[in-house]
Amino acid sequence: MTWSFAILAALTLASAVAAMTLRNLVHCALMLMVTLAGLAAVYLQLGAQFVGFAQILIYIGAVAILIVFAILLTRGSEPPRQSIFSAGWVYGVAIAVAVFGLLSGVILSSQAVTHELRPPPEATVRQIGIELMGKFILPLEVIGLLLTAALIGAVLIAMREKEGKTA
Amino acid sequence: MVDTMDQIFVMSKHWLVGLAPTQGQPVVSALLSIAALVIAFATLFALTTLLERKGLGRIQNRYGPNRVGPYGVFQPIADGLKAMTKEDIVPSTADKVVHFAAPLVLVVPVFLALAVVPVGRDMAALDTDAGVLFFFAVGAATELSVFMAGWSSRNKYSLLGAMRAIAQMISYEVPLILSAVTVIMAAGSLSTVKIVTAQAGYWGIVPRWYVLTPWGLAGFILFMIAATAESNRSPFDLPEGESEIIAGYYTEYSGFKFALFFLGEYLGLFAVSGLGITLFLGGWHAPLPGLGWVPSWVWFFAKLLALIAVFIWVRGTLPRLRMDQLMGFAWKLMLPLALANVLAAGIWRFMAPGLARWLVCSFLVAAPYLLLGRALAGRKQLTKRVYRFAD
Repeated sequence: MTWSFAILAALTLASAVAAMTLRNLVHCALMLMVTLAGLAAVYLQLGAQFVGFAQILIYIGAVAILIVFAILLTRGSEPPRQSIFSAGWVYGVAIAVAVFGLLSGVILSSQAVTHELRPPPEATVRQIGIELMGKFILPLEVIGLLLTAALIGAVLIAMREKEGKTA
Repeated sequence: MVDTMDQIFVMSKHWLVGLAPTQGQPVVSALLSIAALVIAFATLFALTTLLERKGLGRIQNRYGPNRVGPYGVFQPIADGLKAMTKEDIVPSTADKVVHFAAPLVLVVPVFLALAVVPVGRDMAALDTDAGVLFFFAVGAATELSVFMAGWSSRNKYSLLGAMRAIAQMISYEVPLILSAVTVIMAAGSLSTVKIVTAQAGYWGIVPRWYVLTPWGLAGFILFMIAATAESNRSPFDLPEGESEIIAGYYTEYSGFKFALFFLGEYLGLFAVSGLGITLFLGGWHAPLPGLGWVPSWVWFFAKLLALIAVFIWVRGTLPRLRMDQLMGFAWKLMLPLALANVLAAGIWRFMAPGLARWLVCSFLVAAPYLLLGRALAGRKQLTKRVYRFAD
């Protein structure tokens, strides 16, 4: 474990905890963005340039802005009066700890950890592009079609509302 | 001699790095690149503020700044001193931490974006395989900064301005990226350095820049319009329309924080213009075959200043758009045209060079523009507006 990884991990974890515990929803959303940026930095540190930059572009540029808009347009950004923890937080913590214990137990006992690590494959942006356009062209096209359908669907929902208003 | 002038900055950097101990050389190299970037573009920022005020003054039939120094050339220094000594006022209801962080979140990513722009031969601070992707990824943080500034001020004008700015930036990011995609398809690389290399050479005396192809010209125009909107400049300056919402998300900023916003906005303009030059205008390549002896960085900055002049000209000439016009322009006109342009670039890539390729691609670019333009104009009678008192 290198120093840079330790710093990134600490930053990511701390901002994730802050995103769950802060009282003001907008602060939570901003902290979530720090978490996502930290994850992107970890990807970059692992040499996955494409995933790292795509993470920033999509999660910080689009998803986070969407979250912020949703907060501002629905609940308002005023902090809630009552406690932000629900009554059953003890059970939640218990279940989370149990799942974490089970998963880490399984991973540690599996052979994947004891195996000698192979050198990671070279994953430059160029290679990802060639693979996406060659070997994985069909999944790419399917996803493209799906996203286009979602886009048209969103437009249709927006249009119907407008018709109702005028009628 | 020619090579020395061309590589003078690269060579002096290598010399300075050579002075450092072997262990510290990567750090020294990085620091030198950063220092060069900050100094060069901050100087250009100071120069541009002066040029813009002078140019706007000229267009609006007045003098512009002419008090500080001969012809007002020391105005940027006076402005800088003023910004630094001014009182920094933070509203008592503002969210202090977010209010403080917003200008930083704008300026830092903008400098990062400038790092991938090659300003001369071997002069890109960061030459990565995913350069263009990196540029757009760090550009995403500017939207965040605008939101932080608008929300944390606890001022309805600020929030309105931020909402307008984010809606505008998200809308225009789509045509911006789609018009850049054509160049990535043609060059076959996301690396800014390789894109510039792909535009080397000449057809006779005509440079092989992408702007001199049908899809490249359309892409360049779309790119520059979207870039104007991305950097919130007139005629897309609704987020800070001072006659409507005071100054939008800047309302509650004063002193040095406002100066930082100002700096970030101009540097964003330089960065996106620099990317436009890299993608369409052949980067640092000379426009004519015989001009190779002029250093490459001179060409880059000459092109940058020319683009800035166009931005100033547009700002002085066009009135501000309305919000619905702004959104309709992005989604109804620019997005379909950008998509058609991607198709044209793909066909250009696979057709044999010749007249047929020019005709087919020009048709694919021009036909959607004409058809869409006609359809969107509808039966509206668009005529020249006649002013009663100011003919």
